[in-house]
Amino acid sequence: MREITFQQAIRESMSQEMRENELVYLMGEDIGVYGGAFGVTNGMIGEFGKERIRDTPISEIGFTGAAVGSAITGMRPIVEIQFSDFLLVTIDQLVNQAAKMRYMFGGKGKVPMVLRTPNGSGLGFAAQHSQSLEAWLAHIPGLKVVQPSTPYDAKGLLKAAMDEDNTVVFFEHKMLYGMKGEVPEEAYSIPLGKADVKREGQDVTIIATSIMVQRSLEAAVQLESEGISCEVIDPRTLLPLDEETIIESVKKTGRAVVVHEAVKRGGFGGEIASVIQESEAFDYLDAPIQRLGGRFIPIPYNPELEKNSVPQVADIIEGVKATIYRS
Amino acid sequence: MSTQIGNLDQDKLLQIYYQMNLIREFEMEIEKQFMRGKLYGTMHLCIGQEGTAVGAIAALEPEDKITSTHRGHGLSIAKETDINLMMAELYGKATGISKGKGGSMHLADLDVGNLGANGILGAGQAHAVGAALTSKMRDLGYVVITFFGDGASNEGAVHESMNLAAVWELPVIFFCENNQYGMSGSVKDMTKIENIADRAVAYGMPGHIVNGSDVLEVMKVTQQAVERARKGEGPTLIEAKTYRWKGHSKSDPKKYRTSDEEKEWIDERDPIVLFRNKLIEDGVLNEEQEKKILQKVKKAIEGAVEFAEDSPEPSIESLEEDVYA
Repeated sequence: MREITFQQAIRESMSQEMRENELVYLMGEDIGVYGGAFGVTNGMIGEFGKERIRDTPISEIGFTGAAVGSAITGMRPIVEIQFSDFLLVTIDQLVNQAAKMRYMFGGKGKVPMVLRTPNGSGLGFAAQHSQSLEAWLAHIPGLKVVQPSTPYDAKGLLKAAMDEDNTVVFFEHKMLYGMKGEVPEEAYSIPLGKADVKREGQDVTIIATSIMVQRSLEAAVQLESEGISCEVIDPRTLLPLDEETIIESVKKTGRAVVVHEAVKRGGFGGEIASVIQESEAFDYLDAPIQRLGGRFIPIPYNPELEKNSVPQVADIIEGVKATIYRS
Repeated sequence: MSTQIGNLDQDKLLQIYYQMNLIREFEMEIEKQFMRGKLYGTMHLCIGQEGTAVGAIAALEPEDKITSTHRGHGLSIAKETDINLMMAELYGKATGISKGKGGSMHLADLDVGNLGANGILGAGQAHAVGAALTSKMRDLGYVVITFFGDGASNEGAVHESMNLAAVWELPVIFFCENNQYGMSGSVKDMTKIENIADRAVAYGMPGHIVNGSDVLEVMKVTQQAVERARKGEGPTLIEAKTYRWKGHSKSDPKKYRTSDEEKEWIDERDPIVLFRNKLIEDGVLNEEQEKKILQKVKKAIEGAVEFAEDSPEPSIESLEEDVYA
């Protein structure tokens, strides 16, 4: 099968949808001629024009609110928030408005909006352009939260997100944009709320999100040479969360390591760990659940400091071993 | 007997008079029911602001849309939401417009083009921009009036929305009901300029100041803005000077303003009294017609209370419904 990058997969998914559905349009900062800060919308203005590839003023709360208003009146906007840190500028429209409208209005109206945004560290953008804030949004009833880890998943999950009648926040890890992988040319959909077993194994379950899926797969290869068999599960969507796949895996392996880039304290890993221990998998646990996450610091600038602020392959190997050699 | 003022016929004028009275009586009734412990939470009454709600919305066609405010009962009534469903909502009943889940602050009625009141100031202005964008992109021809107060006018989102509407030339009317106070904050203390409408120039749109106690003037100025929006010429900012007779919400002792000030607005600038006098002077309304209209108002309110009180409470099973589409 042909290989394309994560970034190309996202662009292809949007372009295919926009050809099919004239209600879909894209709005955001510098997404037109510039092609978006990470080049995701590169060239789209040529095909779809400036009405549908709509450059906005630097007014995140304003244009996100406009997307909500256009969604509730029948459009299907995709909003690009240039860096996920800027989500905090849009947060009223996401949390108080988009997520709650249908409930507040007694089941009337819907807000079919996708908010795409690059997150994560690794490029030296420091504290205000490198965060991973998905847990904030996965806390909000009414939203859906997606974190693809491969080009294939990115294309299919984005299709599902665009077909949703609810507001979806779609996190794109910056370090994944250049990753290549096999992606079918035709449009396809991966349902939200369906985890993927990225690697099968027997001894320990690693539940990883976003770029940590790739690091966990790397760790699993190294651990295999030491005789440790890791199962790697990517939930792909935090909200809804496929609890069943996680629980079944932990019942099989008896050990669980949860890994994400976001700050560990209050991170979504705590939720996943709780889901495991509240389930029947509790009786199968041979060791406490390990949580790996970012250190409790803002993301620093210096490349070595930056690297040390979030889990790396070596940290995951260490975390797995801590689980294995306990008991 | 004359049957017309300007280009408005008698039916339209009496409809305006009916709606203004319906709003006033609705608000007085719910205040009474709140005092009797029948209503829960809080509410923001718009008594004194009937001229802005009815005047502005009278300039719209049914397919046009509005975004409302937390002080939005009058706006809902003017946009012709069934008051039975509104009253039931305030009672928290299953038959309420939002099944008892939204209450006073989130009244919406998408079927009549009310995209919702809002508990967050400044949010509705951005929604109006988006709704107008839908109208423009799909060539639907409707315009949107977004209502907000003098308090909300200092929210950043309002400014972003005005700029967006202006650069995209969208059919939006930013309608500021300047009722002089954002909760306890006097507009004089919170805003350096005298007129909020003066800000229009900063966004490249026309700005108009209108006497909110004169319902026909409000309507006339809004009509001009609507016409401009419908022709694709972009947004307008209208500021209506008005006054809320009651406190901000149900817990407000109004320590921040004088009774002399209140008296002046109530005695001299009551929009309903001023309009009634005009209708009588111009021979559009006589005593018998007035009696009939007020009777109709009374019956509608009584009917709404009866409907609400007779309605069932929402079931606990409905608690988790409607979070997702």
